[in-house]
Amino acid sequence: MKVVQFREALREAMSEEMRRDESVFLLGEEVAEYNGAYKVSQGMLDEFGPKRVIDTPIAELGFAGIAVGASMNGLRPVVEFMTWNFAILAADQIINSAAKMLQMSGGQYHCPIVFRGGNGQAGQLAATHSQSFEAFYAHVPGLKVITPSNPYDAKGLLKAAIRDNDPVVFLESEKMYGDKGEIPEGEYIIPIGVADVKRKGTDVTIVSFGKIIKVAYEAAEYLEKEGISCEIIDLRTVRPIDYAAVVESVKKTNRCVVVEESWPLASISSEISYHLQRYAFDYLDAPVMRVTQTDTPFAFAPSLIEEALPNVDRIVKAVKQTLYRN
Amino acid sequence: MSAKSPAPKAQTKKSNSKTTKFPKETYVKWYKDMLLMRRFEEKAGQLYIQQKFGGFCHLYIGQEAIVAGTVSACRPDDKHMTAYRDHAHPLGLGTDPRVLMAELYGKKTGCSKGKGGSMHFFDKEKNFMGGHGIVGAQIAMGAGVAFAEKYKGTENVAFVSMGDGAVRQGALHETFNMAMIWKLPVIFIIENNNYAMGTSVQRTTNVEDLSKIGLSYDMPSRSVNGMRPETVHEAIEEAAERARRGDGPTLLDIRTYRFKGHSMSDPQKYRTKEEVSEWIEKDPIEHVLDVIKQNNWLTDQEIEEIGQWVKKEVEESVKFAEESPLPEPHELYEDVYMQEDYPYIKEY
Repeated sequence: MKVVQFREALREAMSEEMRRDESVFLLGEEVAEYNGAYKVSQGMLDEFGPKRVIDTPIAELGFAGIAVGASMNGLRPVVEFMTWNFAILAADQIINSAAKMLQMSGGQYHCPIVFRGGNGQAGQLAATHSQSFEAFYAHVPGLKVITPSNPYDAKGLLKAAIRDNDPVVFLESEKMYGDKGEIPEGEYIIPIGVADVKRKGTDVTIVSFGKIIKVAYEAAEYLEKEGISCEIIDLRTVRPIDYAAVVESVKKTNRCVVVEESWPLASISSEISYHLQRYAFDYLDAPVMRVTQTDTPFAFAPSLIEEALPNVDRIVKAVKQTLYRN
Repeated sequence: MSAKSPAPKAQTKKSNSKTTKFPKETYVKWYKDMLLMRRFEEKAGQLYIQQKFGGFCHLYIGQEAIVAGTVSACRPDDKHMTAYRDHAHPLGLGTDPRVLMAELYGKKTGCSKGKGGSMHFFDKEKNFMGGHGIVGAQIAMGAGVAFAEKYKGTENVAFVSMGDGAVRQGALHETFNMAMIWKLPVIFIIENNNYAMGTSVQRTTNVEDLSKIGLSYDMPSRSVNGMRPETVHEAIEEAAERARRGDGPTLLDIRTYRFKGHSMSDPQKYRTKEEVSEWIEKDPIEHVLDVIKQNNWLTDQEIEEIGQWVKKEVEESVKFAEESPLPEPHELYEDVYMQEDYPYIKEY
C-alpha cells in the first residue's frame, strides 16, 4: 500500500487507462499546459502529448458535445469540468445526447464517456459555485453516477468508469483533492453500483456519499463516546443505488439517518427514505431522518455557510431522534 | 411584412445544354434517389394526416438536392449526422425504406426499433449517425465524430447538417471555434430553407448571409445553390477534399426551400403562396429529369419504370410497417444501458 492524495488517485486511474487503451483521452479547460485547475492532470501532457491531453476553450456545451460525438465514433473520452456548476451549460449534451443515444438509436450507438470534475461546495464561493449534482444526474436513466469519498474508491471507481460502456457522471470535490489515503501499489477496479460499509455499528445506520460522509464519521466518533454505535454506509454510486446494502444494514439496526450535502427536495435522501419505508417497513423502529443542506441557495458569509451545511451537531441530533434519546 | 427568401439567381436557370459535368449514371441515381425521398415523404405525410402514426413529422420535400449532391460527392466510410428533419438522409445513403417507414410507425422492425420515431432515424451500417431532436446539439456531436476520425488517422469526413434556425444556437459558435483550432475534418451544412419554423432568417439576425458566420472563425465558407444536386456536389467535393488533406472544416450555406410546412401542423402564415410557387418552379427533381430528357439518357418508358419502382418501394414500406409488430413492453428496458444486468428500479 502507498499513501496518495485524492487528485493523485484520479491521475493514476486516468494514466493507467490511457496507457492500456489508445482510445482513452482527456479534454477540458486547463487540463494540459496548466496541469489542471486543481492539478489532477499534472504531468499527463508530458506523458501523453497534446493529442490525448487536450486544452479546450471555455465552452462546456461545445467540448462536451464534441466528446459525445467522439464517443459515438469509437473513442473513450474523459471530460473534465472545472466544476460541475459549469457543466450546467453542457447539460444538454449529458442528458439529451449521451444518456439517450443508445436507446434512441435502437442500440446502434453507445457513448462510453466519463464526465468528471469538482462537485458541491468548496468554501466561500457563493451560490453558483457550490452546488451538488448527485440527485440531478441520478434522476436520468441512461447515466451512471459515481460519488467517491476517498482516494481508494476514487481510483478504483474511475478506472471502472473509463472501462464502462455507458456514460458516467463522476462527482469529485475541490475540497477532497488534497485528502490523503492508502491505495494498493498495483492496479485494482471497484465495481460501479456497490456500496461500502465504512464503519461497522449496531444501533443506527447512517447512509451517505461523497465528501459530506466525513462529517458523518466525526458524528459517529462523538456518538461512540455516548455509547451509540453507528454503522456508516457509503453508497459510492447514486445511480444505480445499492439498495440491498442499505436495507440489510437497517434490518440489523432498525434505524436510519441519511446525510447528504445537497438540498432536501427530490434528493438521494428522499429516495433512500422512500425505499426503506417500502422495503424495510417492518424493521424500522423510528422514522428515517435526514440531514441535508438547507432548502436555500448556498451563500457567501461564513455564518450562512455554517447554517446551510450538515454538521456534527445536526447528525448527532438526528441519530438521537431515531433512538428517542435527547 | 412577408419575408422574402432570396433564391440565388445566377445558378437557377433551366439547363438547356446537353453538355453536362456529370455522367448519365449520376443523374439517373439522383433522379431515382430524390424521387424515392419525395414519394416516401408524400406518403408519410398522408399517413400522418390519416393518423396512422403519431409524434412529429418534418418533411424534407423540396430540399432533396442537398442530400443527393452530398451523397454523390462523399465516400462510403464518411459519417453523416443531421437534426430532426432526417427522413431523406438515410434514404439517400441507401437505408431500406421499409425500416424507415416502420420507425415512423413506432414498430420494432424500425431502424431505431421503434424507440426514436421520425426525429431519430439511425443506420450504423450506412454511417448515418442520427437523427437528433435538439436543435444544434448535432453540430457539436458531428464535430466530435470528425474529431474521432482525425484521432484515428483516417481520411474520413463528417457531414453535419442543420437548419438555418440551428445557426442561432450557441453550440454552433463553440463548435466552430474548436473545429477550426483543431482542424477537424467536418463539413457544416446549413440546409437554409429560410425559415426556423415560422421565423425567417431576416427576422432573427442582422447578418442575413449565413455564410458570413464562418468568417469570424476563419472558416472557409460559401453559399451554394441547394436546388441543384450539381452545385451541391461540387461544393461538397471541394470541402471534403480540404478536410481530407487536413485543412479542416468548411461551412456551406446551402440555399433551399421546403415546399411543405415546418411540420404537419403548420398553417404557413409566415410566407406567401407566390413565394412558395416561385421556389417550386426550381424543383430539383424536375430539373434533373429535364437534363435526363434533354440528353435522351432515358426513354419515357424507362422513366416510367423508375416511377413504378419508387411507387412499389414506398407501397412495400407501408405494408412492411403496418404488418410489423409494436415493441414488446419488456423492450423498454433494452438499449438503455450497454450493461446487460443494469438494476432498474421496478415497483410493480
